[in-house]
Amino acid sequence: MLLAVVLPAAAGEAAPAVTDAALEKRVMALSEELRCLVCQNQTIADSHAPLAVDLKNQVREKLASGMSERDIIDYMVARYGDFVLYRPPVKITTLMLWFGPPLLLLSGLWLFVRTVLRRRAGKSRPLSAAEQARVRTLLDSAGGDRP
Amino acid sequence: MTTENAPAVEGRSKWRFLLPLAAFLALAVLLGVGLGLNPREVPSPLVGKPAPQFELPQLHRADAKFSPDEMRGKVWMLNVWASWCVACREEHPVLVQLAKSGVMPIIGLNYKDKREDGIAWLARFGDPYQLSAHDEKGQVGIDYGVYGVPETYVIDKAGVIRYKRIGVVTPQIVSQKILPLVSELNREK
Repeated sequence: MLLAVVLPAAAGEAAPAVTDAALEKRVMALSEELRCLVCQNQTIADSHAPLAVDLKNQVREKLASGMSERDIIDYMVARYGDFVLYRPPVKITTLMLWFGPPLLLLSGLWLFVRTVLRRRAGKSRPLSAAEQARVRTLLDSAGGDRP
Repeated sequence: MTTENAPAVEGRSKWRFLLPLAAFLALAVLLGVGLGLNPREVPSPLVGKPAPQFELPQLHRADAKFSPDEMRGKVWMLNVWASWCVACREEHPVLVQLAKSGVMPIIGLNYKDKREDGIAWLARFGDPYQLSAHDEKGQVGIDYGVYGVPETYVIDKAGVIRYKRIGVVTPQIVSQKILPLVSELNREK
């Protein structure tokens, strides 16, 4: 009985499975927020690059030692910059990145609606006096029949 | 026929047809600039910050240690290299040359390498380093924001990182960026 208590500590065995599973969940969750700088379109959770494995181990060690998620993210950003965040932070420099596409979509929709509406309105809009005179001139010069 | 110099439709400027073209050109310029940028060159937030502290065994003498503190008062270069790094071979002659010129001491950081591999590589390709620190686990590399060797730092007398080069150090980089910077830093107290 005594041996069963002493041996795991002496051999440096992994902690009981329950703690590991909870820690692993946190490691994966945090890893999915960090970009692998080698395979830049993957998170360190997905990537198999050696650097990704190293960074994941770092994350695990730091979480196990009691660092908060926020602190670990700050640690990574301090060394690798904003690019290490898989989701770009919303800053002045990234406003175009975040709001550009929705803006383009909205302005496209607005232009589309305006054009369609104008066409509808245009069909039944009566000609002004100046425009009627032009119509007459054009028809005359074209040699067509008078209305 | 009369030449048309009045608007064809009331209330609309005839220049409006240029709007889509202008928008397209603006977008083309924006995308063109973006495509010209290199996504691998991630700007380092460490420039202007103190070089992270560490203590590592030296590559050639495992019992001796190295720490950046030892370089206080000097302008020096930290070059991250590895025997498995092909690009490092490309820049190595440039570093050997730089070391011969005696402009600044170069300290190597042997990143994620086996000791014997690192030693053999230097024996084969030349050793421009005053010494190399052996970062077997890569922990110090992470502290320095290393993600793709070779990477090179210029550190000033106060131990602050003043320049980081991600990728191969070419002769142009040396003459255009590094040497002028080193002269300037040497003039600092």
